[in-house]
Amino acid sequence: MNFLRRFFSRPTALLGFVVFAAIVVIALAAPLIFARGPFVIVGMPLLPPGAPSLPAGSDVLGRNMMVGLAYGARVSLLVGICATLCAAGMGVLLGSVAGYYGGLVDDLLMRVTEFFQIIPAFVLLMVLVAFLQPSLESAVIGIALISWPQVARVVRGEFLSLRSREFVEAARTLGMRDAAIIFTQILPNALPPIVVISSMMVGNAILAESALSFLGLGDPNLLSWGSMIEGARSAMWVAWWTTVLPGLSIMITVLALNLIGDGLNDALNPRRGR
Amino acid sequence: MKLRYIAMRLVKTVLVAIAVVLLSFFLIRLAPGDVATVMAGQAGYADEAYMKSLRAEYGLDQPMPVQLWKYVDQVAHGDLGLSYVRSQPVLTIIMERLPNTLLLDAFALVIAAVGGIWLGGTAARRPGSAVDNLTTVLAMLFYSVPQFWLGMMMMLVFAVWLNWLPPFGIETMGADYTGLARLGDVGLHILLPGMTLAFYFMASYARLTRTAMIEVAEQDFVKTARAKGISERQVARRHILRNALIPLITYAGLQASILVGGNVLVENVFSWPGVGTLAYEAVSSRDNPLLLGIFIVTAILVSLFNLITDIAYSIVDPRVELGQ
Repeated sequence: MNFLRRFFSRPTALLGFVVFAAIVVIALAAPLIFARGPFVIVGMPLLPPGAPSLPAGSDVLGRNMMVGLAYGARVSLLVGICATLCAAGMGVLLGSVAGYYGGLVDDLLMRVTEFFQIIPAFVLLMVLVAFLQPSLESAVIGIALISWPQVARVVRGEFLSLRSREFVEAARTLGMRDAAIIFTQILPNALPPIVVISSMMVGNAILAESALSFLGLGDPNLLSWGSMIEGARSAMWVAWWTTVLPGLSIMITVLALNLIGDGLNDALNPRRGR
Repeated sequence: MKLRYIAMRLVKTVLVAIAVVLLSFFLIRLAPGDVATVMAGQAGYADEAYMKSLRAEYGLDQPMPVQLWKYVDQVAHGDLGLSYVRSQPVLTIIMERLPNTLLLDAFALVIAAVGGIWLGGTAARRPGSAVDNLTTVLAMLFYSVPQFWLGMMMMLVFAVWLNWLPPFGIETMGADYTGLARLGDVGLHILLPGMTLAFYFMASYARLTRTAMIEVAEQDFVKTARAKGISERQVARRHILRNALIPLITYAGLQASILVGGNVLVENVFSWPGVGTLAYEAVSSRDNPLLLGIFIVTAILVSLFNLITDIAYSIVDPRVELGQ
């Protein structure tokens, strides 16, 4: 396929893809390789990385950092992907209706998205998660709630420009119902920007999840990269690896997603370029 | 025309404030339990009659619209309730911390603007050069790094390993500096959190300045300026840069809401005694009224900041008309 060749011909996109695929494999394989889970104490606390059994060292409680990093990938990816799917679903639904029908619905949606741009989204996220009680679900719901307006804006814009094209007029003349026109005619043509913004949103959702966990608003029953950093704050001065490694994991994951997003953007809009 | 534009923006700001208060009213209902359960919990005493009297005292037995009206009325009068933990008015606690946050933000924004415009301007003059590529790479990195972790790494390098800068707080405890010495002391303490906050925005400003300058450079008035024989330096500074900076004003407004999120994380890392650290304290002590109050106050401040940047934009760019 032309699109795939264009995507993989960019070295940065290829790099992003390979790194992200590796992280997905680690996340999926974590319970198979480390069956005892990330909370088991395996040795002395704060052992530096390098020992064969502890390649990433041990944390404040003497737990294997390597296992924590692998399990942390599960939380980050799960929250990042679920929150993005929810946000994209909401954004596509509301954005397409607003862009297709225009008028009052459109006005209302635009005011709502503007509202979300102005209010401090992260503080709202903290309030949502704190009030709903910290858990995986509340993180997903909260992140989805603060991110859908971005998608809705993009989808609305695409629908506005596509709704008066000839192929849509043709579908209308054929007697297609509005819902069918929206989902089978316009939406497939509006997909490229939705795909690009979604890949970037997964990265932002992972950053938001790690920030929540860092503030103690993560799921108390799960070990995530953010909560590892939070737990290591007191040890940072003596054991750099306890904070450096989980943070690097977050950064590498998000960077890979952003490289993929950039690559998708170029591959899907070959004419626009940079 | 301009007055009408400003008036419309003013109305919009008021509407945003009202929407924030409405949203908060419904957020309160998300949390399990109500004020009565919390109060009874603190008193360690909760029979039916006592709960009922508490609910009556706080108006919780009244119909929803009445409660909503009361809440709006309270907030409009600056009453954001009492903190569960400190038994002080929420607004008083926030206002105590606000100047520290504003100081940090002002510092970060100035650094970000100066650094970003310089980087973006240099990159735009020679697209494809080392500075240009470096700007792109740095921007990509700063968009991908968790801000709180970046702060911790800055602390690790500059405070722990190199021991150049103080890692915590706003001034040296117990030093009791006055005058210039105190200013210098605060200046040293602000460097790490301020730079951490600034990096993200510096990257955005650099990219925006670069794009805008390249766009403006292609316009006819720039050719005219060159044709008049003005030096390249003057063309870049007076004609291109000045026009390219206009979108930065709007951008600064739009980014203010992101800045507040950064405050919560970065202040917390460096124990900067601002509103961000206060939000963390509210979360860890389950002080819901304080957390919600911080949301309301910061949301209204950000929308006011947006109002100011929009007005500034309309003054700088006379083409702005109603409805934009």
